[in-house]
Amino acid sequence: MNKINPYVLRNDFPMFKNKIKMQGKPLIFLDNASTTFKPYAVEKAVNEYFETSTANSHRGDYDLCYNVDLKIDLARETIAKFINSEKREIVFTSGTSMSINLIAYGYGTKYLTKDDEILITQAEHASNVLPWFKVGEMTGCKINYIPLNEDGKLVPENLRKVISSKTKIVAVAHVTNVLGFIVDIKEITKIAHEHGAIVVCDGAQSVPHMPTDVKDLDIDFLSFSGHKMVGPTGIGVLYGKYALLEKTSPFMTGGGMNAKFDMCGDVTYLAPPSKFEAGTQNIEGIFGLKAAVDYLTNIGMENIRAHEDELRKYAIEKLKKNKQVILYNEKAESGIITFNIKGVFAQDEATYLNSQGIACRSGQHCAKVLLDYLNEVATVRASLYFYNTKEDIDAFVLALEKGGDFLDAYFA
Amino acid sequence: MPILLDPQMMRAIIMDHYEKPRNKRTPNDTRYSTMHIDSPNCIDDITVFLLEENGMITDCAFDGIACTISTASTDIMTELVIGKTTKDALYIIDQYQKMIHEQPFDETVLDEAIVFVNTHRQAARIKCATIGWDALENLLHHHHEEK
Repeated sequence: MNKINPYVLRNDFPMFKNKIKMQGKPLIFLDNASTTFKPYAVEKAVNEYFETSTANSHRGDYDLCYNVDLKIDLARETIAKFINSEKREIVFTSGTSMSINLIAYGYGTKYLTKDDEILITQAEHASNVLPWFKVGEMTGCKINYIPLNEDGKLVPENLRKVISSKTKIVAVAHVTNVLGFIVDIKEITKIAHEHGAIVVCDGAQSVPHMPTDVKDLDIDFLSFSGHKMVGPTGIGVLYGKYALLEKTSPFMTGGGMNAKFDMCGDVTYLAPPSKFEAGTQNIEGIFGLKAAVDYLTNIGMENIRAHEDELRKYAIEKLKKNKQVILYNEKAESGIITFNIKGVFAQDEATYLNSQGIACRSGQHCAKVLLDYLNEVATVRASLYFYNTKEDIDAFVLALEKGGDFLDAYFA
Repeated sequence: MPILLDPQMMRAIIMDHYEKPRNKRTPNDTRYSTMHIDSPNCIDDITVFLLEENGMITDCAFDGIACTISTASTDIMTELVIGKTTKDALYIIDQYQKMIHEQPFDETVLDEAIVFVNTHRQAARIKCATIGWDALENLLHHHHEEK
């Protein structure tokens, strides 16, 4: 393990080097669960494609094209190594939402029937809820909820209580986006497999922040987004166990995914992952994502996890001293801190923080979980990454001390 | 500086309308025309109720989930338009929108609504300061077309 020095790492990021300000104040970015800054290395990888190596992939009869194919292959290999999968198990998508939709349509609607059940939780992000509602609508299968514990965390014993032979899919986040608990996915997959169900894991908030080993966790499908892990927007990954990917139908059809077809409508699709990658891919995105994964690997995911853990504890300890702060997930393990200021509407607090140069996000996140577990219609979320510093936390904590005077944002 | 432009006074007016809104209620009367309005970019989710009789606004109310800025701005709006003719109400709304969007405006008709003159400093919140006003404007125009 190596201790991260965020001040050194900040030199790798244009958003820090350019000394970006917000409301005339130095920017303090605490909205990393939404998206993250991009290092020069990612910018360079994307630009290189534009400036020196533009060509389409597939069936290139010339060198530039062949090189694009080689680089896409290398990117796939790099990402596979990052989550300990095989290269052929990595499908490029536009991000987590598309990945989950791909499984919902390509696997869920294909295999589930009205007698089956999909288990999710009330803490899931909309992208891990609505695609399953669609599967329910199309197949008649039931969508049921694994109860959360009193803190709003998914614990394996609660899955054990509700799972049955009817359960075919368990769709849960490894780290939930509002409350930030790290779910024991290894135990979840064990229980699901005992009952013949597969686990579709939303890794959007986990893969960027901690080591992920799909073999050890025995996850069946895993989705994540490039832009939440210092990569470009519009590129993400679907990992699937190869046998499952073979069983899954393509979500989109078109060029680059068929082996051959004739005028009679006889079509042969390519094998996964190509089967799922119809049309010209987001090539610069793939190269940018590779650079992002290289960057993160170089820092070390264990080190990133440790840094966020330390920062979180530091922040929580300080926030607890402010009697006006209501913390909703003190016990969570990730870099997500969910709170309100007593008597202040969440969005008003986020606007006040904006006036102090601090980027946080307010939201209803998911109305149901908030109402059931938090008794609040909306909360503010601060979310950390490896480039955040104790100084960021100090400024955030200091701003919140005056957080009750939120109309300062308009009148100060 | 007119007394209303004193920052402390402006804050007090916003907080007063947020904490004790005068017309935050759902009228149980089928004569009201209603408009539900929300925004994908924020939490506000309100319904505006309008009772127009013989070209006069005899009642205006709102209800729902809303932040300080949208609650106070909508509440102030309801007070401003009750008892006005439809034409006058539309003029007031137009002046308010001009103020929010930093254009020249007639402040003589805005009364307490002038407290939102600084909304542009938090551009992300312009929608909050206008959500109720947009709904009422829509209702008034709709009503006119029907006649």
